[in-house]
Amino acid sequence: MAKFKLQVNNKSYDIEVSEDTPILWVLRDHLNLLGTKYGCGIGQCGACTIHLNGEPVRSCSLPISSVVDNSITTIEGISEAGDHPVQLAWKEIDVPQCGYCQAGQIMTATAFLEKNPKPNSDEIRDAMHSNICRCASYNRIEKAVAKAATANS
Amino acid sequence: MKSQKKNIDRRSFLRTSALAGGGMIIGFNLFNACKPKVKPAIDISKLNFNDFNGFIKIADNGMVTIFAPNPEIGQGVKTSMPMLIAEELDVSWDNVHVVQGGLDMDVFQRQVAGGSQSIRHGWEPLRQTGATAKQMLVNAAAAKWGVDAKECSVENGVISNKKGEKLGYGEVVLDAAKLEVPKDVKLKNPKDFKIIGQDVQNVDVDEIITGKSLFGIDFKREGMLYASVMRPPAFGQKLVSFDDAEAKSKEGVVDVFQFGDKIAVLATSTWIAMQAKKNLKATWKEDTTLESTEDHDKILFDLLAGNTFETLRKDGDINKAFKEADSVLERTYESPFLPHNCLEPMNFFADVTDKKVELVGPIQTPAGTANRIAKELERDIKDVSLEMTRMGGGFGRRLYGDFAIEAALISNIAKKPIQVLFSREDDMADGIYKPAIKYNISAAIKDSKVTGYHLKEAAINSNMYGLISNFFPAGAIENYQVDIANYKSNITTGAWRAPYTNFLAFAEQSFFDELAETMDVDKIQLRLDLLQNVKGTTDERIEYSPERLEAVINEAVEKSNWGKVDKNTYQGFAAYYCHNTHVAEVADVVMEAGVPVVKKVTCVLDCGIVVNPLGARNQVEGGVLDGIGHAMYGNLEFKQGVPQSTNFHNYRLVRMKETPKVEVHFIKNEIAPTGLGEPALPPASAAVANAIKAATGIRITKQPFINASEKIFG
Repeated sequence: MAKFKLQVNNKSYDIEVSEDTPILWVLRDHLNLLGTKYGCGIGQCGACTIHLNGEPVRSCSLPISSVVDNSITTIEGISEAGDHPVQLAWKEIDVPQCGYCQAGQIMTATAFLEKNPKPNSDEIRDAMHSNICRCASYNRIEKAVAKAATANS
Repeated sequence: MKSQKKNIDRRSFLRTSALAGGGMIIGFNLFNACKPKVKPAIDISKLNFNDFNGFIKIADNGMVTIFAPNPEIGQGVKTSMPMLIAEELDVSWDNVHVVQGGLDMDVFQRQVAGGSQSIRHGWEPLRQTGATAKQMLVNAAAAKWGVDAKECSVENGVISNKKGEKLGYGEVVLDAAKLEVPKDVKLKNPKDFKIIGQDVQNVDVDEIITGKSLFGIDFKREGMLYASVMRPPAFGQKLVSFDDAEAKSKEGVVDVFQFGDKIAVLATSTWIAMQAKKNLKATWKEDTTLESTEDHDKILFDLLAGNTFETLRKDGDINKAFKEADSVLERTYESPFLPHNCLEPMNFFADVTDKKVELVGPIQTPAGTANRIAKELERDIKDVSLEMTRMGGGFGRRLYGDFAIEAALISNIAKKPIQVLFSREDDMADGIYKPAIKYNISAAIKDSKVTGYHLKEAAINSNMYGLISNFFPAGAIENYQVDIANYKSNITTGAWRAPYTNFLAFAEQSFFDELAETMDVDKIQLRLDLLQNVKGTTDERIEYSPERLEAVINEAVEKSNWGKVDKNTYQGFAAYYCHNTHVAEVADVVMEAGVPVVKKVTCVLDCGIVVNPLGARNQVEGGVLDGIGHAMYGNLEFKQGVPQSTNFHNYRLVRMKETPKVEVHFIKNEIAPTGLGEPALPPASAAVANAIKAATGIRITKQPFINASEKIFG
């Protein structure tokens, strides 16, 4: 076990875990931030997507030792009241079915729209291709990202 | 067409009670209401309200809480079932708060029934519950005013009389709770619906988009240990011995022990438990035959060619029809094993103590699972409580409580609260899969008519249920026979979204296209002509309505611009009836860089009244894409009993760029609603295969399509 200091959603945390522990499990088992989900553990499905200094990363494959001194944002931290334009678009389009993958989808979408505020349809489909939705709510994810982007115009 | 009438005795499932803190609750037992012929397992009169699986709570201020009766796996029933109650209760949806029969740590006896979970079964009892509560509230107001209840009207939870006086539900709720439950409540005419038929957002959407803990994996308890389980790596293996020295030496590992042929690792975090499991050194031996995919292929082909069939349905004389035929078309269609791959892996919480067995997690069959665990632990069912969480997908996998039983067994040994979590690798390797199935279909053609039809199924472990043999084209062809055969494997199999029909629709709807090509007739007209033979049938076994199937076909032709699209677009058609819903789909395929790409699917459905169009369209969009995704890529093979896919790097699920736009249309009518979680899936694969044939000239008869022919996908 080793001691780490973490910055998550603008809060500071002191954690004692083994240095190979992925951030995903630190968030879920130690910080009780349960919005970030486990899906595959190998960075394939995107359910665990968080932002590391604003970049979307797979928290299941990122050991804690590699992220100290970095700023982490999770689904719980992208807005105070669940009113980020991407969240609002997700709600208006009524995207979720089971809902399990959606936090990861939203984290991928918010980071993408930061970089590309006015994407076309192909760019949206490229960006969101990395996240699996087992219920296949893909039509609505695409619509919701496009809808959120209109807030940037 | 079978009658869907249900003899519901309202007195058996409606009870009211004043609440100590004010307000009224009205309870109903959906489980019993849905199954009139089933004798209730428990004496309802002796239950308190916490024993009921759904109820309405009306507060003094008029706010209404509706407890959603059924498990939510993403099919939307937590939203749509309360809508049925709210409609007849005549309240504004804005004043309704929906709660899943949630965790109640004080009431461990709470037993939640699963039963049939569809809108179809809830349609009558849920509306009657709302209507009954409304009538009691009106009766209470009428008594207060000294007027006849018939002279009162209700709008948005406010009761009015002819004098113009008004009383809110909250003002009469305490009086209403003391009244007799009325026996003859009148349900609304569908024309007067205000909530049913409106777009209503998923009641959990705010929690989902903000990452609130809703799912089984999110459940935590002070002092809970995380359990990772090592199971036999191959189907057919048994545990001989194991060395846990290294695993036990890891910091944070609390215990390692054997239960049955499995080994549990208990640790203070999920990560430690998962890692320590990798340090176990186990020795396994062959107990029963270690099977491989090539064995299954041979076995299933032998079954199709053999004579061990059981006949599910036999009309006329197929042998005579084939003997007298001008020509015969015969085709074989093949499908692999499929894992469910719910994105939330299997998990469950258990806390087994001397006093009680507490279970929490995602399960489609809570009552059955609680009973199995009571039996397994030799405990009185009264000691067992089970609470459902929201589920990160089900698709049939969470009908089986194997993971909950594991949790209970482990907690029972450890005498600690524990959570079992399958890793993705565990989830894929220890599945209860859609079995591999092959179909052989033959048709006899004489004088340009289909005179005989013979469907043969060879499946692993279990065959299609009998009702399926009464689906289209049963009744449409004079000489018709459905035969089934199976092979018992040690690989565990079970229900997978739209069991059997998920692949049978592909086989039959591909076959009808081939049949039309052979007969040189129009593909859609062939199906429509066959349907004419079923109209006016007196055969009560026929499950589908020829008129409703014809209507969705005609609507799909129109909405998809069938035959009128540009020359670079190739269309494929399929129509199917299953799960009481009639569906027609058209897939539009274009060639991009020499490869067929599905651009759009037009889907027309008749599911009767659409309760929540917003949620209904979501089910159809997802069902179509799920059907296409698994037909394109889904494939689980076995080698010596070992599943050959382990995680999403070597098991392909459909992703955004591979998905077409799905356009959804519902037939408008006032027929009682039927389910939507499954019926859009089965025809999708056939519509795509038929479109690929149109685009490439190549007929796919085997799933996954991606492996079907190098000529198609390179």
